[in-house]
Amino acid sequence: MQGNQAMTEGAIYAGARFYAGYPITPSSEVAEICSRVMPKIGGIYLQMEDEIASIAAVVGASLAGAKAFTATSGPGFSLMQENLGLAVMGEVPCVVINVQRSGPSTGLATKPAQSDIMQLRWGRHGDQMVIALCPATVRECFELAVRAFNLAEKFRIPVILAPDEIVGHMRENFAVPEPGELEVIDRRGPSGPVDRYRPFAADGDGIAPLAAYGGDYVFHVTSSMHGPDGYSNNDPANAAWRVEQLHRKIERHLDEIVMTRRYDTDDMDVLLVTVGATTRSGRAAALEARRRGIKAGVLQLLTVWPFPDREVAALAERVRSVIVPEMNYSGQIAGEVQRVLGGGTDIRKVNSYNGQIITPQDILKAIVADSPCGPI
Amino acid sequence: MSHATGEKYLKNGVLPHMWCSGCGVGVMLGALVRAFEELDYRNSDIVVVTGIGCTGKADDYLTTNALHATHGRALPHATGIKAFNPRLQVVVLMGDGDSVTIGGNHFIHAARRNIDVTAIVVNNFNYGMTGGQVSGTTPGDSLTSTTAWGNPERDIDICALAEVAGANYVARETTFHGWELKEHIKEAMIKRGFSLVEVFSPCPTHFGRNNAMAEPREMLDWLKEKGLPRERYEQLNAEEKRGHFVIGKLVDRDAPDFNTRYEEIRARATKG
Repeated sequence: MQGNQAMTEGAIYAGARFYAGYPITPSSEVAEICSRVMPKIGGIYLQMEDEIASIAAVVGASLAGAKAFTATSGPGFSLMQENLGLAVMGEVPCVVINVQRSGPSTGLATKPAQSDIMQLRWGRHGDQMVIALCPATVRECFELAVRAFNLAEKFRIPVILAPDEIVGHMRENFAVPEPGELEVIDRRGPSGPVDRYRPFAADGDGIAPLAAYGGDYVFHVTSSMHGPDGYSNNDPANAAWRVEQLHRKIERHLDEIVMTRRYDTDDMDVLLVTVGATTRSGRAAALEARRRGIKAGVLQLLTVWPFPDREVAALAERVRSVIVPEMNYSGQIAGEVQRVLGGGTDIRKVNSYNGQIITPQDILKAIVADSPCGPI
Repeated sequence: MSHATGEKYLKNGVLPHMWCSGCGVGVMLGALVRAFEELDYRNSDIVVVTGIGCTGKADDYLTTNALHATHGRALPHATGIKAFNPRLQVVVLMGDGDSVTIGGNHFIHAARRNIDVTAIVVNNFNYGMTGGQVSGTTPGDSLTSTTAWGNPERDIDICALAEVAGANYVARETTFHGWELKEHIKEAMIKRGFSLVEVFSPCPTHFGRNNAMAEPREMLDWLKEKGLPRERYEQLNAEEKRGHFVIGKLVDRDAPDFNTRYEEIRARATKG
């Protein structure tokens, strides 16, 4: 199965019944599969006029009760930012697949990159937070798609599933989970008296129950700053509380949201911090390094936002050197790792930004160069 | 029979509204809630989707379901709502900026897709909320805060655009014609498929002040005199037609709406 197909099937497994999108390489397989499957399972496929409309339709459908998603790549993901901001502000659960391709602009339209890492986090104006996940295998494409919906529905937040093009187009065998095998979370609806429902009255967890248009609970959602009742509210104290709440609901649940995988990290001198396809090269490089007597391990970030600060810090303090291979020029992940570790620790960056994968050899060179014995 | 007031769709304690004296958005809102009442809709049956601008503030006063979306994007949000739950009555309130300037592409495609929503466009010929700048419906040569020596561009005919794009129902009224406006909103809401009701509206604060109609009454008089039913308009010669416009129902047809067509696709897909 292909990565893009696995994400689509994972979404459907999670209960997605609404897809709206605009075709763009290298994500179009998701749209094509949805166009065939959705009509058969009582779902809706809508090909919208652009990506702005696609995410808008997803937000609308979600408020009408759908588990809804879209898929795109760089240029389309840029167009979605404004309405993604509305989904953050209106706390509308939804999933956006962004199959990362090489930029800037139209760039190398068919080639992979991991250069949207900062855009995933900061693409929208205003102070806000989303969740972003990066799979490295076809199985992870499926599992993280399910997880993306679970997190979106539970925390009333957009979740961005962001494989690089390599993972999106990679084909691997895996056993598709049976129904019931993976946890599927549905959003919590209101239960009290109809006239008392307040769609933005977050409780201690920072999350209010969400009704669906057309049910008994009538409710108001706005892109403007709003009070607990969902109506516009310009009060400074309310605005501050709201901005804090939009962050707090994530910050208080990092244990549930932040996912990483460790490979050979029990005894290591060199730590590789990786996301997406680079994880695969990193693992191969670490194994080869061990064969040559250098103890290397890999920390894969499945959740890239919120950034796994604690996980990175816990492993980095046990090693001699930290290497961050990533498919961008500026070291977007390396910068975050540096932030976590502070100025004292040197990080070696391995970057590719020519649309080509980082090979195990590229990473191995960096591992060996950092070894006290020098090149072997 | 008593007259509909639409009160049960209006939020308690928020009136008077925020619109300027002489503005027409409140007249549209009044016609809308009376239409809801006369159609006997429940608040929970209705979703009002608004854009950004003076008209986009209308949801603040409503007790129906509502989504106050982003500038120009009310229609695609409404499309997602209606496509997923066809039982809902979806009304989209926009200004001339939302509908055919920043949001023009969505307007064309919502009409082409024939999604069963009712779009109500309050056209006041300029951007009122931001201080009276030129919009896509500002007539040529008009003065605005960004066309101090006259507008070099032409205005777009929203109703004609909806017609060629495939809308099932198109009507134009002015805020002088409140009763007719309410009746056309009702027809539009009953009609399956994409419906447009354009409402010519005064903006004395900006457009009127800049174009020698600063008194609210002057702009209302202008709308009253220049808006003619089609039969009277057609009697004018070409010279006289300039400066006048047609009001009333302009398009009424029954092409299948998106959800009806999609049900056919579902039937085909499940058959094999």
